[in-house]
Amino acid sequence: MENDKIKSRREFIRGGARISLALAMGGIAGFAAAGISREKWVWQIDPFECTQCGRCATECVLTPSAVKCVHAFDLCGYCDLCGGYLKPNSNALSTAGENQLCPTSAISRKFIEEPYFEYIINENLCIGCGKCVKGCTSFGNGSLHLQIMHNLCVNCNQCAIARSCPSNAIRRVKASEAYLVKGDFTKD
Amino acid sequence: MNKGSKIATRFLLVWLLMFTLVTGMYGQQQRFPKPEFESGYAQPHTLTPEPRSTAMEWLDVAVLTAVMALSAWFVLCKRSRQGILWLSVFTLLYFGFYRDGCICAVGSLQNVALSFADPSYAISVTVLLFFLLPLIFSLFFGRVFCGAACPLGVIQDLIIVKPISMPSWLRKTLGLIPYIYLALALLFAATGSDFLVCRYDPFVGIFRMDAPFLMTILGVAFLLTGLFIGRPYCRFLCPYGVLLNWTSTVSKWHLTITPAHCIRCKLCTTSCPFDAIDRPTDPKVIKGSHDGAKRFLVYALLIPVWMAAGGFVGFKAHIRLSKANPDVYLAELLITHPEVKKDRDNIDVQTFLSSAKTMDQLVEEARGIRRKFKYGSTAAGAFIGLVIGMTLLNQVIFRRNEDYVPNNGACFSCGRCMDFCPVERKS
Repeated sequence: MENDKIKSRREFIRGGARISLALAMGGIAGFAAAGISREKWVWQIDPFECTQCGRCATECVLTPSAVKCVHAFDLCGYCDLCGGYLKPNSNALSTAGENQLCPTSAISRKFIEEPYFEYIINENLCIGCGKCVKGCTSFGNGSLHLQIMHNLCVNCNQCAIARSCPSNAIRRVKASEAYLVKGDFTKD
Repeated sequence: MNKGSKIATRFLLVWLLMFTLVTGMYGQQQRFPKPEFESGYAQPHTLTPEPRSTAMEWLDVAVLTAVMALSAWFVLCKRSRQGILWLSVFTLLYFGFYRDGCICAVGSLQNVALSFADPSYAISVTVLLFFLLPLIFSLFFGRVFCGAACPLGVIQDLIIVKPISMPSWLRKTLGLIPYIYLALALLFAATGSDFLVCRYDPFVGIFRMDAPFLMTILGVAFLLTGLFIGRPYCRFLCPYGVLLNWTSTVSKWHLTITPAHCIRCKLCTTSCPFDAIDRPTDPKVIKGSHDGAKRFLVYALLIPVWMAAGGFVGFKAHIRLSKANPDVYLAELLITHPEVKKDRDNIDVQTFLSSAKTMDQLVEEARGIRRKFKYGSTAAGAFIGLVIGMTLLNQVIFRRNEDYVPNNGACFSCGRCMDFCPVERKS
């Protein structure tokens, strides 16, 4: 008899606590629903904010980094003397390794017609260090720039590069517009 | 006059169009304009592979719900440890190795906290569901999420070799760590400083097979500890486990060790690797329990004292804690060590100096964040004080237990104990 009483009292307290916890969760859901979005969010680099510090190559949780250099061909000048391809003090205007700026030789140079050359990034070799981006932005049109490649990015809850980016160039964008490629994306 | 004005408007329109075109071009000025090729060169496209689609996120939510529902069915109706085991293996493979352990309900509490503190931070529906669904399930069926649906939990569960029973005082003391971790995680997330739980997630590096050195060390250390201490991360660190503990304590239905009624055979006592089985109360203790009321009162009155002390410590710590925020850190560094401005190798300082942001703006921003830390840290301290007070109070609350029962809050619903019970199921 007394045991039954204790049991029903316990059950009553548990029921009350359960309802109040359910209400609390409902409250959280309600509040969160105010700022909710149907979209998925992914990380991306704003190429106009990027200062090519080189941390994209080292801070990403992946090795090599999910950040790669992309080439906006519309903006490229197809120069012979490319600031993104050649070292500033290179010995010769040639494809020899010692003249290349890229540490992994990920940029290939192809002759098209006099005097123009096409530059293509091999993303399997690119480590996202941004050296070519710095060269291209300083001396050329800035057609080379860094982007987070979404076939590689694991979309961490908080991007490790974003946290250490000195120019706050990495932000969350909607997955439907996951890239900020120069040319399509302009500085406003 | 009409014709004249028409021409004038047309002229103006054309001129405006020209102007916008020219300035538009100027806005995208190029040092070396793109050449016009004569050899019929076809320009390649810039490749932009699409991210994982939103539909796949919904698939994850569906899989999570299915795994938890199945787990609840295995635990409550089918009473099958075997079922839970296979579900765990599936979770390890799907949420662990396939999804990289990063569809995490554990980390989602930070997203929710940040979306509360910062209205501009959008949270997607699937993330909110990942936060809420395990709690809802736990409110009805106990911690079925921990038992079979959490990749971090199952990787530890599957490697238990020889679990050591820990003394109660040690468990209770170490059990305070998750509360502290939760308070800090919420504080750091809400101030937009850091996602602690994700940064120090020990197992995600193992799932991904690629991690920074510290993460690897942490993961291996937890797994090695886990051979002898069941689920060390879940019990003594997991901040989400705190919330699940609360909801599971009052869950509507919960795993029972025996299918009918307990015969106190003690066979189940050694079955739980997590010390989550409460024993029947010793009759001698029942006799001596009448002086508990006074102690209860003293401990209850001590709670506000604990909270005040916690709040004070939190307030004192807020300046130190706020340095975890990169903006506050940078502002402080520039004020206390102005000589770093000359340091060419300090990327943060050099980038700030060459940016358009002024020192006043930075300091103003840092002040705002520190103010948030002041209130947040005090509240977090008071919360930890409350938890310490409640834990102590719990020690003197007398509960009468007739049988061997699972401790609903601590039980992970793994179902090991069910296999040990010799009582036949009522048909």
